[in-house]
Amino acid sequence: MKIAVCVKHVPEGHSKLDPSTKRLDRSGEGALNHFDANAVEEALRLKGDSDTEVVVVSLGPAKAADSLRKALAMGADRAVLVSDDAAAGSDLVATSKILGKALERESPDLVLFGQQAADADGAVLWAAVAERLRRPVVSQAAELTVDGGSLRVKRQTEFGYDVIESPLPAVVAVSDAINEPRYPSLKGIMGAKKKPFDTLSLGDVGVDAGEAGESGSKTEVLALGDPPSRGDARKIEGDGDAAQAILDFLAEKRLV
Amino acid sequence: MSMLVFLEQHGGELQKGSLGVLAKAASLGSNDVAAVIVGDGAKALAAEAGAYGAAKVFVAEGEALQQALPQPRVDVLAKVVQEHGYETVLLANSVLAADVAAGLAARLDAGLNWDLVDLTGDLVGKRLALQDTVLVDVGWKTTPRIALFRAGSFDATPTGGGEPQVEDVTVELSEHSQQATITGQELEESSGPSIEDADIVVAGGRGLGAAENFSLAEELARALGGAVGATRAVVDAGWYPYSAQIGQTGKVVSPKLYVALGISGAIQHKVGMQSSNVIVSINKDANAPIFEFSDLGVVGDVHEIVPRLTELIKQRKGA
Repeated sequence: MKIAVCVKHVPEGHSKLDPSTKRLDRSGEGALNHFDANAVEEALRLKGDSDTEVVVVSLGPAKAADSLRKALAMGADRAVLVSDDAAAGSDLVATSKILGKALERESPDLVLFGQQAADADGAVLWAAVAERLRRPVVSQAAELTVDGGSLRVKRQTEFGYDVIESPLPAVVAVSDAINEPRYPSLKGIMGAKKKPFDTLSLGDVGVDAGEAGESGSKTEVLALGDPPSRGDARKIEGDGDAAQAILDFLAEKRLV
Repeated sequence: MSMLVFLEQHGGELQKGSLGVLAKAASLGSNDVAAVIVGDGAKALAAEAGAYGAAKVFVAEGEALQQALPQPRVDVLAKVVQEHGYETVLLANSVLAADVAAGLAARLDAGLNWDLVDLTGDLVGKRLALQDTVLVDVGWKTTPRIALFRAGSFDATPTGGGEPQVEDVTVELSEHSQQATITGQELEESSGPSIEDADIVVAGGRGLGAAENFSLAEELARALGGAVGATRAVVDAGWYPYSAQIGQTGKVVSPKLYVALGISGAIQHKVGMQSSNVIVSINKDANAPIFEFSDLGVVGDVHEIVPRLTELIKQRKGA
């Protein structure tokens, strides 16, 4: 079996937007999106001692290699980085197209995603990529089992849990409750340097520059502003009358 | 300016969040606001959609559309958009709707702006980004536009619309849309209203001290007629079920009243509740971040204040 895990290299610490480009400032240090570490871990768990190949795939700047190396150090077998200046600023439509093409080259049995990008808060990419690949998709996986040619997912929803079954190949987004990602061992870190690592351009994956980056995007950022602030907040020290003060406040707001 | 709203239904009940988005769409001055309802019983819900502003309702029923899976819904929406030329498709975020929105974006090569909290009449989306520290104006360069709104962005207020025109949609599902099937369900037992639909939410955090102290939150919620929520920390600790988790990796709620008991207000939690109308918090740590976005912050001991407050509310309601 072959499992592809899509990972993102995200800025470390407090993210900010660059006012001139209105894009996320990616000039500082970055790290493997921690939600994606759950997806890498799940792939390694499914692999176990078998001959399953785990390939990590990312779209990002050259620096994203660091995050892929971390995934390799955790135990992934191979890395593919799609990196191209023309891809910078790609929105969901463009990103899903590029990743879809990169994944088609690999034709994996299973594609895994983490549940969210910690920088842009995006939590939908898997469904767009599944559509590009024309594969079934299951998100919010709290448990995942693969048996022969099919998978079984326990999906968290607003109402409880669904058990969903699907044949492979398929796309699954795992929740961060699914496992506890391992830390790379020293041996893993050393070994990662020798693992196969491909860096591909848009041309290599068969995407025209016009379909990527801002020219391939269908959405745009128009302006940045301050979030709305709360009005007149009140703060009281909780002495014996605190409960009464809360009740009075609720009554004033017509909430009781 | 035509608009199509995806109305999510579960068990014959239209979800409040998507009705809020429909009411919002109807308020933007469009002369062509329609809704799509998928799954068994869709037709019976059309009149309700009319009351929230849909002049036309597309209904798609049938065995293959019965399960709450996203990809068959992408097939339905893609067909309606392509055949009728809707320019803007609006959805309220949920586990299901997020996957529908992104799948539709890829299918139609359409722009998707997500996590929107508002939309203007000239179709500029408002998105709170980077843990809600920036308000970003976003737009679409082409049609169709797809807009996915943060849960609870709009009140579901009936618009006084009349009986809508109803149109059946029959769609041939894509092969990949028919692969996944739901083979089992474990629904959470809940005694009160679900936290996303509740007008009042009482949430507990680590400051409650122990799992058994969640009864403080439950009793206060019962007295107020609200639902109980929890932070991720206490869900991870096993004090309360995941279904009640509010925050970045849980549910996003925006009730009329949010009462935070022993919650510090970490960003992970904040993004799930800060659009609540009124926030009241009780925490013994005067420096807790939650006080920065509370309308009423009480520095004090939840174990003393909450039972007394519950008692006072019962007395008032009994009076």
